[in-house]
Amino acid sequence: MNEKNTYDVIVVGAGSVGTPAAMFLAAEGLRVLLLEGAASPGQGSNKAAIGGVRATHSDPAKILLCQKSLEVFTTWHERHGEDIGWKPGGYCFPVYEEGLRDQLQGMLPTQKKFGLDIDWLDADGIAGVVPGIERRDLLGGTLSPGDGQVSTLKASVAFQREGARRGVELRVKEPVVGYAVRAGRIEGVRTANNIYFAPRVVIATGADALAHGRMLGAHIPVTPDSHEAGISAPVEPFLPPLVVDMHEGPEGKTANFYFGQVHSGQIIFCYTPKRAFLGHNRENLSEFMPVLASRLVALIPRLRNLLIRRTWRGLYPMTPDGRPILDWVPGVEGALAAVGMCGQGFMLGPGVGAQITDMIMGRPGLLPPEILSTLSLSRNFGATPSEALA
Amino acid sequence: MDLRISSHPILAPLPEPSVSFTFGNRALRGRPGEMISSALYAAGVHVFGHHSRDGGAQGIFCVNGQCSQCMVLADGVPVKACMTPIAEGMRVAPCEGLPDLPEVAPLRTRPSPRFDETSVTVLVVGGGPAGMCAAVELGRLGIDTLIIDDKAELGGKLTLQTHNFFGSVKDCYAGVRGIDIARILSDELAALPTVHVWTEAAAVGVYHDGAFGIVHRGEFRIVRPGQVLVATGARERTLPFPGSDLPGVYGAGAFQTLVNRDLVKAARRLFVVGGGNVGLITAYHALQAGIEVAAVVEAMPRCGGYKVHQDKILRLGIPVLTSHTILRAEGAEHVQNVVAARVDADFRPVPGTERRWDVDTVLVAVGLSPVNELAVKAQEYGIPTWSAGDAREIAEASAAIFSGKIAGRRIARELGVLIDIPSDWEPLEEILKSRPGATHEIVQQPRQDRVYPIFFCDQEIPCNPCVDACPMHSIQIPGTIMDLPVFEGKCSGCGKCVLACPGLAVSLVFEDTDPTGETAVVLLAFEFDAARLPVDGKVVTTDRHGRPLGAGTVVEVRDRKNQDRRRLVKLRVPAAERLEVAGFLVAEPDPGRPVEPDCGCADPGACDPVICLCERVRRGEILAEIEAGVRDMNILKATLRTGMGACGGKNCTEPILRLFRQAGVPPEDVTPPTFRPLTAEVRLDSFLEE
Repeated sequence: MNEKNTYDVIVVGAGSVGTPAAMFLAAEGLRVLLLEGAASPGQGSNKAAIGGVRATHSDPAKILLCQKSLEVFTTWHERHGEDIGWKPGGYCFPVYEEGLRDQLQGMLPTQKKFGLDIDWLDADGIAGVVPGIERRDLLGGTLSPGDGQVSTLKASVAFQREGARRGVELRVKEPVVGYAVRAGRIEGVRTANNIYFAPRVVIATGADALAHGRMLGAHIPVTPDSHEAGISAPVEPFLPPLVVDMHEGPEGKTANFYFGQVHSGQIIFCYTPKRAFLGHNRENLSEFMPVLASRLVALIPRLRNLLIRRTWRGLYPMTPDGRPILDWVPGVEGALAAVGMCGQGFMLGPGVGAQITDMIMGRPGLLPPEILSTLSLSRNFGATPSEALA
Repeated sequence: MDLRISSHPILAPLPEPSVSFTFGNRALRGRPGEMISSALYAAGVHVFGHHSRDGGAQGIFCVNGQCSQCMVLADGVPVKACMTPIAEGMRVAPCEGLPDLPEVAPLRTRPSPRFDETSVTVLVVGGGPAGMCAAVELGRLGIDTLIIDDKAELGGKLTLQTHNFFGSVKDCYAGVRGIDIARILSDELAALPTVHVWTEAAAVGVYHDGAFGIVHRGEFRIVRPGQVLVATGARERTLPFPGSDLPGVYGAGAFQTLVNRDLVKAARRLFVVGGGNVGLITAYHALQAGIEVAAVVEAMPRCGGYKVHQDKILRLGIPVLTSHTILRAEGAEHVQNVVAARVDADFRPVPGTERRWDVDTVLVAVGLSPVNELAVKAQEYGIPTWSAGDAREIAEASAAIFSGKIAGRRIARELGVLIDIPSDWEPLEEILKSRPGATHEIVQQPRQDRVYPIFFCDQEIPCNPCVDACPMHSIQIPGTIMDLPVFEGKCSGCGKCVLACPGLAVSLVFEDTDPTGETAVVLLAFEFDAARLPVDGKVVTTDRHGRPLGAGTVVEVRDRKNQDRRRLVKLRVPAAERLEVAGFLVAEPDPGRPVEPDCGCADPGACDPVICLCERVRRGEILAEIEAGVRDMNILKATLRTGMGACGGKNCTEPILRLFRQAGVPPEDVTPPTFRPLTAEVRLDSFLEE
């Protein structure tokens, strides 16, 4: 062990969670090493996310974490003078079915209890915020104007650069191949050519959590599935909210789909496949664009003239109950798992990073203990699933 | 103003403009089927809009559907002007900033996904020389083959090549014009029952499920091939310099498309950057289309193209300035001037040698890169993948022909068909691919004969049409096809070798036409309008390097049907010059004007070249990121948006890699950008079944 290779905290994985976590940890004056297997931060599922950020969940932990994230995202430009592509406009869930109307309206009291700015709009109200939306059978929908969108690419770089200014040491192209554990305590991590020491290690390895759990001798139940996404050429801004269309597609492939217009004018889109694509595969499939096109044009016919530029596929590190894992790894003192964000890692990331920092500092955190316990590794994962929305 | 070319020395005329459309408030006419970009160029419109980021003027760039510089609104819909034909009554408007999406009529039926799937034994992507020749081989063997091309006609770049090809007569259509080779191969494919042809069909992606996504006439179709041959050709390299983002700076492919496919006089006066075959040939094409060429500059001490191509334009009076580089293009919304200078041995401009030319177009022809992304991905996905032509290795079209033939046979063998690959094919492909060999100093000797040929062919290149052309069998190429021709025997003075030489590098000398012996007659080939040469008219003759010799008098111009659109010109010249006369000037050499080294720009930012044209990112911005430690091009995408635009990094990736090298970053430290479908933008409704 030498001083050069010794840190207060090592964060494994410079993705949606690890990058902001390292930044917050360094702000506490800790000596932080951020380790990443890829060539740069944010190259895994972070950049595959479409960048929607909302606090309007139904799960209390997600609500609180995303409220923190929103605070970080919305004030970033003002605090740091850097544009991360924040675009207000909220989330809009248009509704064409009575069952869904009742479900969404039923969630409103809980959401309001957490102080969330969300309301039911009638059909005219929805058509006002989603110009050109198909009016036939439109019953109305919810709008949460405090939510919005961020550029995942810009945010990741911004968090990393701010972290660097605060002293985070970033090492890329160094995948972690093992953990040093002695007498039930973490001592450090091994990469192909190096060993680094720290009494605290944050495992923020997203879709690879299961494998990292194995290296630690723990079971971290994260299995990735994947969603495809895409983006158009930019058009003049006309669509303020990120739109989530919750109903299943008649084509039999989509459980729901969602899209929005990013700050620079492109339409970005994604759908939740009805049959999950399990595994780590991130390559594109031929059925994505036809399916997605039929849903987009059915909802907003004028989108038919969009020029589609690029598609990609990202991983959803799923837990059995759809809730993230944020807990000390049992039997390995000092190892903290912050994984299994279930496709919401980007919007949860800054909030989770702040909570991680509180846990490492050993102080009361953002999440009250009873809520934090819903994210524990020892919870009953077979209990009621959390909402699995975008 | 109508800048359409109504008569061309090589190309047949196109229909008269009869389709009415408007651009802004101008009423215009176009030819039936003409692309919007060509119709606008024909009306003198070069600025198609302004970029949303910095208001930079936008015009044509690739003319190949790959970028989005030429975006206009057609009846309110944002489209690529170079890939969208005009229609009667169409309202075209410039694209100022980001386009608005037009309102559309309400849906009558719910759109459903287009799942149009085709299975095929062999998919050939790209209908250029390599793809067509492979498909011919496959079709002759009765193999189920689908060949696709994104243009309306098969042929790829052959359809733009009005000149006669080099190479071997027996094996790859040497001596035939590219446009005619395209037609021959296209007709041959049409007669093969197992070959299916999709034109206006662009491969936009290859997918993990083993499918190719192809947009065929606006409809997305999924093709599942047993084997795929990627013959997607090459893309032109870009060269960023101050002003290189101005409308009026573009590549040879774009120029040849406007001029040779669409018969539009795309420029008044051209400046060519790059002395490879592409730049040299395009300068020649420009002159044939009545476009002046100020100069060709080449940074190396010697042109990389065939010397016969270089000599051909030198003889016409176009300066070819080696060890010269372009410094900048000047102009507000369009190129108005260009400044170039001599470079030293380290390619640095030599102060005091700057000169300015008055031109409206800069043609950048600084090399080609293989278009191989689809091949790489298909291979990765386990699809049996082959590649041929420029997509495999950049070389001449004659080599692509051979490369395609060999690939076709290899695929057939893979499919279990018992067919040989003749043992001489691969060696010949290697020869056709090879760079030009040695240049020989030839001293022309007079002969005792009444008439005899003179060869101005002094560089070893793979070429032999003159041998077959001579009815007296008096021309031989003694060793390999790379050797220089030798005349031995009788000459009837028929002129067939003069007509056959792709380089226009043969003359005939008639010794006995003047009893005084003071003059002689030489016979030369000429590929311009014969009306330029009235009998008894005077011309300035040149030697084979383009040096003026003296005066020549036109004796006769022979323009017959069987001359393949070449004119034979008899000139009376002083007897002392008869062995040297290789051509005559059609252009006045322009030395340019001396100029101060400073550009005098008020805004120094304007001198910082735009590297990423789609997103208008300048060199200084990229260098700042590199200096800040960025080594991953994916991070440049995030911070600057380089490569995030319509072209997907096709144009800026190489220049950015060069910037890394210039900044002292070893190439192995640089992480390349990630490649994803789609390879070209696709309209959303292409994916719908309606």
